[in-house]
Amino acid sequence: MALLEVRDLKVSFDTPDGAVRAVRGLSFDVEAGQTLAVVGESGSGKSVSTQTITGLTRGATVSGTAYFDGTDLITADQSTLRHLRGARIGMIFQDPLSSLHPHYRIGWQIVEMIRAHDSVISKKDARKRAAELLTLVGIPRATERIDDYPHQFSGGMRQRVMIAMAMALDPALLIADEPTTALDVTVQAQVLNVMRRLQQQFGTAIVLITHDLGVVAEMADEVVVMYAGTVMERAPRRDIFYRNHHPYTQGLLASLPTRSGERLTPIAGSPPSLISLPKGCPFASRCPHVFDKCRTEAPPLADIGPRHQSACWLPVQASEAIAS
Amino acid sequence: MLRFLLRRLGHGILVLWLISMAIFALFFVAPSNVAQTLAGRQATPETIALIQHRLGLDLPVWKQYLNFVTNAVQGNLGYDYYHQVPVTTIIGQALPITLSLALGAAVLWLILGVTNGVISAVHPRSLADRGLTLFALFFYSFPSFLLGLLLLYFLYFKLTLAGFDWFPAGGYTAFSDGPGAWFQHLVLPWIALALLLAATYTRLTRGSMLDVLGEDYIRTARSKGIRESRVVVRHGLRSALTPVVTQFGIDLGQLVGGVVVTETVFSLPGLGKTVVTAINQQDLPVIIGIVLFASAAVVVANILVDVAYAFLDPRVRLH
Repeated sequence: MALLEVRDLKVSFDTPDGAVRAVRGLSFDVEAGQTLAVVGESGSGKSVSTQTITGLTRGATVSGTAYFDGTDLITADQSTLRHLRGARIGMIFQDPLSSLHPHYRIGWQIVEMIRAHDSVISKKDARKRAAELLTLVGIPRATERIDDYPHQFSGGMRQRVMIAMAMALDPALLIADEPTTALDVTVQAQVLNVMRRLQQQFGTAIVLITHDLGVVAEMADEVVVMYAGTVMERAPRRDIFYRNHHPYTQGLLASLPTRSGERLTPIAGSPPSLISLPKGCPFASRCPHVFDKCRTEAPPLADIGPRHQSACWLPVQASEAIAS
Repeated sequence: MLRFLLRRLGHGILVLWLISMAIFALFFVAPSNVAQTLAGRQATPETIALIQHRLGLDLPVWKQYLNFVTNAVQGNLGYDYYHQVPVTTIIGQALPITLSLALGAAVLWLILGVTNGVISAVHPRSLADRGLTLFALFFYSFPSFLLGLLLLYFLYFKLTLAGFDWFPAGGYTAFSDGPGAWFQHLVLPWIALALLLAATYTRLTRGSMLDVLGEDYIRTARSKGIRESRVVVRHGLRSALTPVVTQFGIDLGQLVGGVVVTETVFSLPGLGKTVVTAINQQDLPVIIGIVLFASAAVVVANILVDVAYAFLDPRVRLH
């Protein structure tokens, strides 16, 4: 059994304009110690789904199940979720500049986290642990810098602090929501290295939310491609890059810069409104291979190979021919 | 830090100097008959001239001002026209009353305003939020003298008639003469003043908390698995307090210089009531003394607010 099993997760928000169906039947598994990358453009429901699972989404209508280590996170009460958050599920977020509290020293913030879940540890020991963690994520002179405020750190360093905090209690799962998006490219690589190193050291499973396929290539074991709140394609990393089936996945790859300096091919158009979704495939209006059936009937997520699924009507061989 | 304080102090002194000139000018523009009043109705012109001479009112205005400034920098604000009491003594007697009123009310309105603001922000658009907002707006738009009078009517007049003489009609008892009586005399003025000001704090705290609770670091705090009450208070309120502290400094600075309406309604002989009396009697030294003191209080409060910023927010450096 997988560490985290999400089945048919649906999240919608009531707005004056109607219900926004942000996530529409999302299923995925995260195996212990593995990295699952959730890819998709802004508004595809990546962040909403992980924040809903961990109980951080407010005012949403949620259905489905999300079993973490035998506990269904969707039906669990706030107190159960609170004890899991931080202790068993660590989280890091996109913007390290605004994710740390500006008024508290970073040591204090890490110690607060440790002591929230470990009632017996002394303040002194928690502080020592915090300093060790900071050293572990590559912050030089950690014992001095532990008393600095977030604004005294650079963006990359702050993200390292966030990682140190998220990993403080050796969680089984780390949810990293666009952890490198706000960082310089060179710093991105360093931060990813830190994450990978800690993952190997602690055996942590990672859910990596990103829209950057470069990051996926670097980190992922499995990949889920999301679009308009639902899964378009799911496969091991190699298959996503070399045996992909869904035109949306292909579109994402084509919009990735290559070393040969070819012009990027963007996906034309924009995603559909999540309030009034069109009948049929949500990608139909932007798909280069669209045909009649796509506009009337939504394709189910079907097996097309070992551990490889795709939600597209195109025959498997045909799509591979297009891809190559 | 020291340079900051010295510069701000310099600015403050400049402000006080300008204010003192303005009051002098205003006083001498208006027709004055202090000597006449003092001398009585049947006084001869000689007596009036004598009194004017004794009070220094026969000197040219610039000379009077110069005398005032020379004395003021030595800590002497002059003597009142009627009883020759030093103005510093008058201020010294009235200040504890005003301070008792302002500080007591401050405790009340801070507790009331900040608590209500936090509750409103944590449950936005709920029944509690709407109720508290209505409550705040109601007292915010209430004329302050009317609120005081209504409190007196119901809690003094009606209650005493019904046989419960819990609240006095007004007046003041010093804390040293009995903390119980001191408290009894101040309860109604505190409530009247606090209800009026709490509204501002409710709205300020609510708005500020709503902003802060949407910040990324609040999501981080929740992701750490700490209790929600701690998220709201230690993480949320801690950041949301900055505008509240600003407003508090300004309000308190103003009130320390005299709470005119509340002191008058409840017959508290604080700085506000004293200055009103002095204006009615054209008692220039007292007016100048109290207005200068009130201005100094505002100046000092503003400096303290800026210093408080540096303590509240580690990103702020004073220079």
